[in-house]
Amino acid sequence: MQLTHKKAPINIKAALTIATSALLGTLPVIANAADDTMTPAKAQQESSWDFESAFLYYSESDRVSAAEAVISAQKTLENEAVLNLKLTIDSLTGASATGAAAQPNVQTFTRPSGKGSYQTQAGKTPLDDTFKDTRVQLNAQWTQPLAEKYTGSAGVHISKEYDYLSLGVNGNLAYDFNNKNSTFSVGLSYFQDTFEPEGGIPLAFASMPLAYDNDDDEYSIDEGGEDETVNSAGKTAFNATRRTDSDNKTTADIMFGFTQVINRRMITQFNYSYSKVDGYLNDPFKMLSLVNSEGIAQDYLYENRPNSRVKQSVFAQTKYHFEQNVIDISYRYMWDDWAIDSHTIDSRLRIPLSGQSYIEPHIRFYQQSAADFYQPFLAQSNAIPGFASADYRIGEMSAYTLGVKYGMKLSDGNDLSFRLEYYRQDPKNSGYQAPGALAEVELYESVEAIIAQVSYSF
Amino acid sequence: MKTFQIKKNYFNAGLPSQIIKCSLLSAAIFLASGCSSLGVQPWERDLLAKEEMALTSSPIDSALDDHIYFSKEASSGGKGFGGGGCGCN
Repeated sequence: MQLTHKKAPINIKAALTIATSALLGTLPVIANAADDTMTPAKAQQESSWDFESAFLYYSESDRVSAAEAVISAQKTLENEAVLNLKLTIDSLTGASATGAAAQPNVQTFTRPSGKGSYQTQAGKTPLDDTFKDTRVQLNAQWTQPLAEKYTGSAGVHISKEYDYLSLGVNGNLAYDFNNKNSTFSVGLSYFQDTFEPEGGIPLAFASMPLAYDNDDDEYSIDEGGEDETVNSAGKTAFNATRRTDSDNKTTADIMFGFTQVINRRMITQFNYSYSKVDGYLNDPFKMLSLVNSEGIAQDYLYENRPNSRVKQSVFAQTKYHFEQNVIDISYRYMWDDWAIDSHTIDSRLRIPLSGQSYIEPHIRFYQQSAADFYQPFLAQSNAIPGFASADYRIGEMSAYTLGVKYGMKLSDGNDLSFRLEYYRQDPKNSGYQAPGALAEVELYESVEAIIAQVSYSF
Repeated sequence: MKTFQIKKNYFNAGLPSQIIKCSLLSAAIFLASGCSSLGVQPWERDLLAKEEMALTSSPIDSALDDHIYFSKEASSGGKGFGGGGCGCN
């Protein structure tokens, strides 16, 4: 694709510089920069824009795959202010676990839209294969020295996909002291998200309705009034399980950071983050199987999560420069009021192969406990709880990533790198006894994914 | 069964988290108090100034990873903001 097109990188850069300047011409801050009509040659001369681009492909075996392209442009202005603009486009297709449990028989599920249904084979984890979305994200970040020892930064974020809109702002203030060997920082961020899912927002614990308009029957629908009546009644029944068309959530974060240079070879960082999420925190596509004492599903109920969550985390990172190699180790501990806590260890070792290239192995371990309302299914013999979700992503789980990156400096001074990683999630049973048929099926299926990335800086 | 579940989670969240929080806090305080004796002179920043010694040496890789793990795990942020941003979770 054009992001890694090597034949004419200068022309790409010139074109992008013009595009970026033209875009910014609408912003009052640096409107002057776009006053002149720039020719490519002129843009090249005047340009101090640096571009970074990447293309990433993520693919799970039998489930979701995603392609993501990023281009980031950065310019340092006269007063040492730095402007960064970033465009991200991603596209998602494939199947995602619905939360329903595998069964010894074939299961039929209504698509989220209510139009049509799909089947899951015996013994298989139910996956909704209708996932398809394209997302466009724009970020702008302005960073500049405010006074001696103080640096300020502010940014905006907008992300739009078919059924989701996210708007965000952030601000950060950093204070350097001890000969710039120590830095304290405080940052704030606020997001406002609107979710308008296909088929609307289901009522908590509503039964999955029947499909009312099967796409496969497209031609027969128009034939007579009978089908239309059935469809109309079906649609009314479907709508009775819906609460509203769209809902919101807000995320407010505060983060305190401390960075310390230890010596010529070593630097460390510590962060504390507090995050409060309010609003609609359910996943409208997720449900739970309601099973009898034999473990056979009698119904499927939409999940229900609390409408607020407070997350906190501490994060520590160290980088050490050996004679040649650079090691990067970080650890994060996160806990929240859903009783989830998690440990993450991330480590990279950059090994120069020559003056112009390096190889960087990467290893990451992750482990989380389950949310207190997580359960892999609902039992008919028990009362329906206040909150419940069978989403494995808030269940007990461990995961690891193994990867390697190879990077090189090209003869024209630009950077090219390749990254290949393997990611595996192993959901765990956190103490639930599976009755009857559920004991015979896999309730905690592992997920494997491959991540491949190409990056080019110019 | 459910009661047992909740207790188990609280136990998990309780003791180790306190130890971790205390030790990280102590480490931070220790470093903050001792930081004036740490560090380098401006002319000793040759290695620290290298691109690969930046705390986030590949911002795009970090952003892409954050997006993947945000949508596949219950945790996010820590190094940077872990806020919303997409309907992927």
